[in-house]
Amino acid sequence: MKELALRALDLVARRGVTYADVRVIETRERDVSTKNGKAGHVSSSESMGLGIRVLAHGCWGFAATDDLTGAGVEAAAALALEIARSGTAAKKRDIELAPEERYEATWVSPIRIDPFSIPVDRNLAVLLAVDAELRRNPRINMAEASMHFERKRQLFASTPGSVIDQTRYLSGAGFSALCYQGDEIQKRSYPNSFGGQYQLKGYELVEELDLPAHAPRIAEETVALHSADQCPEGRFDLILDSSQLGLQIHESIGHPIELDRVLGSEANYAGMSFLTLDQLHHLRYGSEIVNVVCDARPEHGPGLGTFAFDDEGVPAQRNDIIRAGQFVGYMTSRETAPAVGAARSNGCMRADGWSRLPLIRMTNVSLLPGRQTLDEVFDVEHGIYMETNKSWSIDDKRYNFQFGCEIAWEIRRGKRVRMLKNPSYSGISTEFWNSCAAISGPEHWTLWGVPNCGKGQPEQVMGTGHGASPSRFRDIRVGTAYAG
Amino acid sequence: MRDKAAAERVFEQVQAAARALGVSEVEAMMASGNQALTRFAGNAISQNVAEQSTLLSVRPAIDGRTARASTNRLDADSIRDVVEQAVALTRLSEPDPELLPLASPAEYAAVRRHFEATARTTPEERALAVSEAIRVVEDAGQTAAGIYSTGDSTFALLNSRGVRAWYEESLARFSITAMAGDSSGWAKASACYHGDLDPPSLAHSAARKATQSTAPRELPAGRYTVILEPAAVLDLVGQMFGDFSATAIRDGRSFLNDRTGRKIFGDNITIWDDAVHPLQAGAPFDGEGVPRQGLTLVEKGVVRDIAYCRQAAAQAGAAATGHGFPLPNEYGEAPANIVIAGGDVPVAKMIAGTERGILVTRLWYIREVDPYEKIFTGMTRDGTFLVEGGRVIAGVRNFRFNQSLIEMLSSVEALSPPERASGEESFDMVAPAMKVSNFNFTEVTRF
Repeated sequence: MKELALRALDLVARRGVTYADVRVIETRERDVSTKNGKAGHVSSSESMGLGIRVLAHGCWGFAATDDLTGAGVEAAAALALEIARSGTAAKKRDIELAPEERYEATWVSPIRIDPFSIPVDRNLAVLLAVDAELRRNPRINMAEASMHFERKRQLFASTPGSVIDQTRYLSGAGFSALCYQGDEIQKRSYPNSFGGQYQLKGYELVEELDLPAHAPRIAEETVALHSADQCPEGRFDLILDSSQLGLQIHESIGHPIELDRVLGSEANYAGMSFLTLDQLHHLRYGSEIVNVVCDARPEHGPGLGTFAFDDEGVPAQRNDIIRAGQFVGYMTSRETAPAVGAARSNGCMRADGWSRLPLIRMTNVSLLPGRQTLDEVFDVEHGIYMETNKSWSIDDKRYNFQFGCEIAWEIRRGKRVRMLKNPSYSGISTEFWNSCAAISGPEHWTLWGVPNCGKGQPEQVMGTGHGASPSRFRDIRVGTAYAG
Repeated sequence: MRDKAAAERVFEQVQAAARALGVSEVEAMMASGNQALTRFAGNAISQNVAEQSTLLSVRPAIDGRTARASTNRLDADSIRDVVEQAVALTRLSEPDPELLPLASPAEYAAVRRHFEATARTTPEERALAVSEAIRVVEDAGQTAAGIYSTGDSTFALLNSRGVRAWYEESLARFSITAMAGDSSGWAKASACYHGDLDPPSLAHSAARKATQSTAPRELPAGRYTVILEPAAVLDLVGQMFGDFSATAIRDGRSFLNDRTGRKIFGDNITIWDDAVHPLQAGAPFDGEGVPRQGLTLVEKGVVRDIAYCRQAAAQAGAAATGHGFPLPNEYGEAPANIVIAGGDVPVAKMIAGTERGILVTRLWYIREVDPYEKIFTGMTRDGTFLVEGGRVIAGVRNFRFNQSLIEMLSSVEALSPPERASGEESFDMVAPAMKVSNFNFTEVTRF
């Protein structure tokens, strides 16, 4: 891979580029799923290719190919240069990059059990055991369970001389149960919706999740939702479980702090951000107990945003985003960092494969744990506790959001008193975070994986990490989704 | 895989490798593509990319078991490896008593959706079109962002029972957002032939919307008459077609669980699935090589046809409709070439006939709230206007909606002639604009 990357780099370096980098990527994936007692999706895939990014004539050009013959790589190199030259037809200024050191490094994400060493029939046996447990409840119409494993090795080489070899292992697993009855469909999932939990781990993640042990409760809750009361509409103190809070962080903090959005690069698709440059160091984003970091370092945990170097060769970093409620930082790239007066990128450029250009993406954007016990978080006279995301939507500047959850409970004097179905809540991002009244401690903190974050044109799907612990928010609008 | 002969040669190697492992039933999908996209923002080209890609995906069927392995390498060793992977996965998989033998050969409708000129569009040609569009927006004192993409792809599906399905397509897309100080406008189009796109005209449309919506008013949330332009219609209505699926109904996850044959929408709603419609794109066969049949999904408000993959059809004693996904999968099938019947009321006439309402250019971040009542939430975006006394009188701040599709499609007062439309939340389709009463806006955002 190194030889291939250096050969491709040499092809463009000799033709007068200001800067160039090459990423050669080899990916292996496995997906296994079951539905209603049968194997669902059993597949594996392998892919290898390279992407060449050049800065020439003051413009970017990028070309990717999986034709790794000499002729194929030469064609891609020539095309990248041609594309960069074409950009001069609509150029306002020459692209300039914040300086970065030269690195030579090798990094492999730590795993205990290589997921590809586990045979597929063993994967299926676990999933079918979960399936059987779920369908032991006769009112479950559909039981689904799945696992996903990935190994991605990337060789990055750049004209300043960096050569970085990184291998990341990723695992994911989860299940759901669905019950259709009368005029209603209800669903519950474990440990999270939309495929479960995803982390930068090996097969040990599947063992840690202990999927079969949770199946009876999930089936029971799915059925019980049909006879639960509808979540009321009104303003309540709201307690969120850590997985839902992880998605709340993703949508109402993670995306708004992407500096490319702020500067307009995503205006046509993903949108822009309410965090205009004048807000930096001035906006009170959250209450004083809210501290949020963007942390790609392995020390933060095995998140989907954990790596040693980003995809333009910048080392993983930890940056404060919200410090004691104050907005103090964006996620940046080498191109955008100067816009906020930074001397250097904070290392958030990521691409979803060899065929795509790196963009500013979330790494692990996490709410740091608080000091409250779980009992203190639940200590409200009258509130609502919601668990597990069901729907999520936010406007294109990231002000107004609405989330639905799979299940909720009414809380009175700190105790769950009744189950509620179809819960939802909504609000304005900064008002929501300023209403944060309690955050539970590190013993309840989980680093959740969002495996399907879309951004860019052509669209790229990226995995991001979000650490959170159950937290309470004051006076939140609840029940909007079924209002009117 | 630039031609059928190359696909056939690869398949011969796949079959030989499978036979060497004692496997006679095998299917292969092969795809290749060249896609390029010129992206602009801040009135300048910002990201400018191209990619060339290949796929070989192999699925054996062995004693009621099946699984899939894929690669993007087509040398002899890689082809043998991927077949070995697929066979090994299949042998370790669980048997499915309902798994059918591989599909049999069939005739496919002839469609011409590949244009060499579109496939060969150069970076310079895209850059010139983009710079012209930017100039239109700049001349209006606004800022432009958008994309112009061109490219082509081929897809082949072959199996050991003689299926030889081949499809090639070129596709071009242009979309643009024009931004003024406190407002924006958007326009988008797609076509198999890039010459059918008119970037300057789309730029004018986006700039006009941005100009018209400056200083947006804040209106209270509530029930409004809305005029949804075709992109807004397809992005919202497109969310329901995955439920027109025999497998979804069998699973109990479809809103049509007990509603097929029933009238659930208004008399003026008729929807087809038509893969050979002249404004459609996509292959005339499904993921197993079954020819796509035309479906009347909704006729005058009554749910008529649903899609059947081969397995769902065998279970129901029905005929496969050619809408199956590649096996193995959990989801079965879905219509993919939607044509919504229109009416004879152009948007201008809808506006002229509206005493008070909201004109919506585009919807955003649409997600399902309730799977049975088909309630969706989302936002308006990039051109939302107040209509009063038959005229567009001002831009308004964007709304959040929570709207049941069943209720919405029972409340359509007028439809425009349908057109090929393109959004961001659903696939392209042929759709009209709709004037809808009592559309449920539940919140207002800050811009």
